[in-house]
Amino acid sequence: MSHKAHVPIGPYHPLQEEPEFYKLVVDGEKVVDVDVRIGYNHRGIEKISESKNFDQSIFIVERICGICSSSHPIACVQAIEDIADIPVPERALYIRSINQELERIHSHLLWLGLAGHFLGYNTVFMWAWKYRELICDIMETVTGNRQNYAMHKVGGVRRDIEREHVSYILTRLDEFLKQLDMLKGAVLDDPVIHARLKGVGVLTKEAAIDYATLGPVARASGVDIDVRRDHPYAAYDKIKWNVITREEGDVFAKTVVRILEMYESASIIRQCLDKMPQGPIDSNPKDIPAGEGIGLAEAPRGECFHYIKSDGTNSPTRHKIRAPTYMNFPTFKETVIGETISDATIILAGIDPCYCCTERMLIVDTKDKIFMNVEELIRLSQEATARIKEKMGIK
Amino acid sequence: MNIDEALKSITDHFGSRVLKVSRRSVKRAYIDIYPKDVVDIVRYMFKDMAFRFNIASAVDDFDGLEILYHFSYDTSGFVISVRALLKDKSDPHIDTITEVTRSAWWIEREIHELFGIEFDGNKDLRPLLLPDDWPSGVYPLRKNFVVPKRDSRKE
Amino acid sequence: MGLRETILSKSIYVFHLSSGSCNNCDIEILDCLTPRYDLERFGITLVGSIRHADVLLCTGSTNRLTVPIIKKLYEEMPKPAFVVAFGACGSSRGLFKDSYNTGQPLDEIIPVDAYIPGCPPKPEAIIGGLMKLIGKIKEKNKGK
Repeated sequence: MSHKAHVPIGPYHPLQEEPEFYKLVVDGEKVVDVDVRIGYNHRGIEKISESKNFDQSIFIVERICGICSSSHPIACVQAIEDIADIPVPERALYIRSINQELERIHSHLLWLGLAGHFLGYNTVFMWAWKYRELICDIMETVTGNRQNYAMHKVGGVRRDIEREHVSYILTRLDEFLKQLDMLKGAVLDDPVIHARLKGVGVLTKEAAIDYATLGPVARASGVDIDVRRDHPYAAYDKIKWNVITREEGDVFAKTVVRILEMYESASIIRQCLDKMPQGPIDSNPKDIPAGEGIGLAEAPRGECFHYIKSDGTNSPTRHKIRAPTYMNFPTFKETVIGETISDATIILAGIDPCYCCTERMLIVDTKDKIFMNVEELIRLSQEATARIKEKMGIK
Repeated sequence: MNIDEALKSITDHFGSRVLKVSRRSVKRAYIDIYPKDVVDIVRYMFKDMAFRFNIASAVDDFDGLEILYHFSYDTSGFVISVRALLKDKSDPHIDTITEVTRSAWWIEREIHELFGIEFDGNKDLRPLLLPDDWPSGVYPLRKNFVVPKRDSRKE
Repeated sequence: MGLRETILSKSIYVFHLSSGSCNNCDIEILDCLTPRYDLERFGITLVGSIRHADVLLCTGSTNRLTVPIIKKLYEEMPKPAFVVAFGACGSSRGLFKDSYNTGQPLDEIIPVDAYIPGCPPKPEAIIGGLMKLIGKIKEKNKGK
């Protein structure tokens, strides 16, 4: 006889940063149905945008999501540029790309940290967030802000990258890549992570297409789409980079896609800084004529879609915004059902803070002399991982 | 397939059921159709031509409620939007496309809630975003909706 | 200063509530707990249950769905309890004050003890704000 129970998660739950309400129907340990109630975050941005002018609406869309505060403005300004065929100076295109890729690295690191935290692997959480600070530093240099960059405007960007900042950005990026190598090893070579993530929450290619999923979620299920390559914008068609895809569709594949994308992003930033021409950064457009336009941008989570309709006045008559998660979210119906409750929490993303000891963890002897620093500790733990793998016979 | 070939394929297949084709640029085009043909055209574009469903969006215009289905073709990078005009603002109806793609599940709930458009055949049109005590028949994204001025001190 | 207040000013347990924010404030709060800023060295940590919390850290402009929840959570907090309005939205509803779904400002729903403005506040500002709150707790209890 089956015995079904309801497990509520949220709206305020320590596992979640944002309020959402999930209702899991479970039969023993197995999840048999999920429902979700959103709207705790609904702020009516589409309506507010109709009462603002085109310059102001960019600041509003920046505050749709703190993590995508470069992607939404880019999609928005591209929609407005699409209405009026506004040209954008070359240098501004490169700066847009740099900003987007910095955002992508910081978002993927943030996600990686949270995923690690979810699995009870808090070291990854603390490491990922610590190295994220290097990217925030670069962000602050380029845009003046750690979050909410206020970089993009119709016809260009607001701030230029100074020549003396380029070398600073490059050294920080090198520093970051070194740490990323270590982090990649700690995540992708870890047998525990393999055991927890492989084959969990599989999204098949057919379902990924039917649900019209986007970004890393689609790419991890073998759907080879990326707005940056397919609908080229900013400077993405002027440089060389690869779209990362995986076939498996499980949580592990999503992790791999995100980690490898960070390397691509770093390479894009480097090429942009190298190739960026001198010149103006803003074409100073005047009026926006009547018409309609669509803007697409590849946010860290997938495609941002903005549709703007203008009637010739200085504010939009309709501004439709579609964030990537909107399409990826309903796939819970596909991925969570049939999994156990403990795995459901990994798939339904969430967060709370925890203890860890990275930089503070120095083994100090009585004379206050450090005899084991961070590098040596990392080496020790890597050796331990190798021993476990050998014992379990994992390559 | 480029945008002209795609538009030609659609107009050849549907003939006079396509009211108007406006090709804005090599990346954007808009097709006007009757509301009753929505499901057929969406099925043709999504299933047979392998377009990706971006999203649907509704617009409250002077002569009725416009609903647009945006589709993008990722192999060569263009977007085609299918537009249907629902003239009766007091009781707008259109067929659901959730039979064709499950990706329209949430957006139909949202448009139903914010614009008051009924999707015939969609059984799950529960509120998605607004609170449960939101008055029925009030649609915030319609143009005649005015944000009530509130003196928060009196609440 | 009573025992309760002395202990309260040493290590505050924070419950983080997002009442409809854009996530930036929430990220910066978490940032404060990770290695570079590391608020845990002052004994400040986030807790999972409101019943363990001393401080309610509220981000975001409130909305019609969350207003009753905020009231309820405040009632469930063990007293003495302190409330911090976080970010531009938490302090004044910011950009979203004209929206149809936004509720009252936070300080008209529950009493607020400190404001940390910014969009989002930088981690340094957050640490500064929390230190000021601790100062306020001490000040308030001087005579007791």
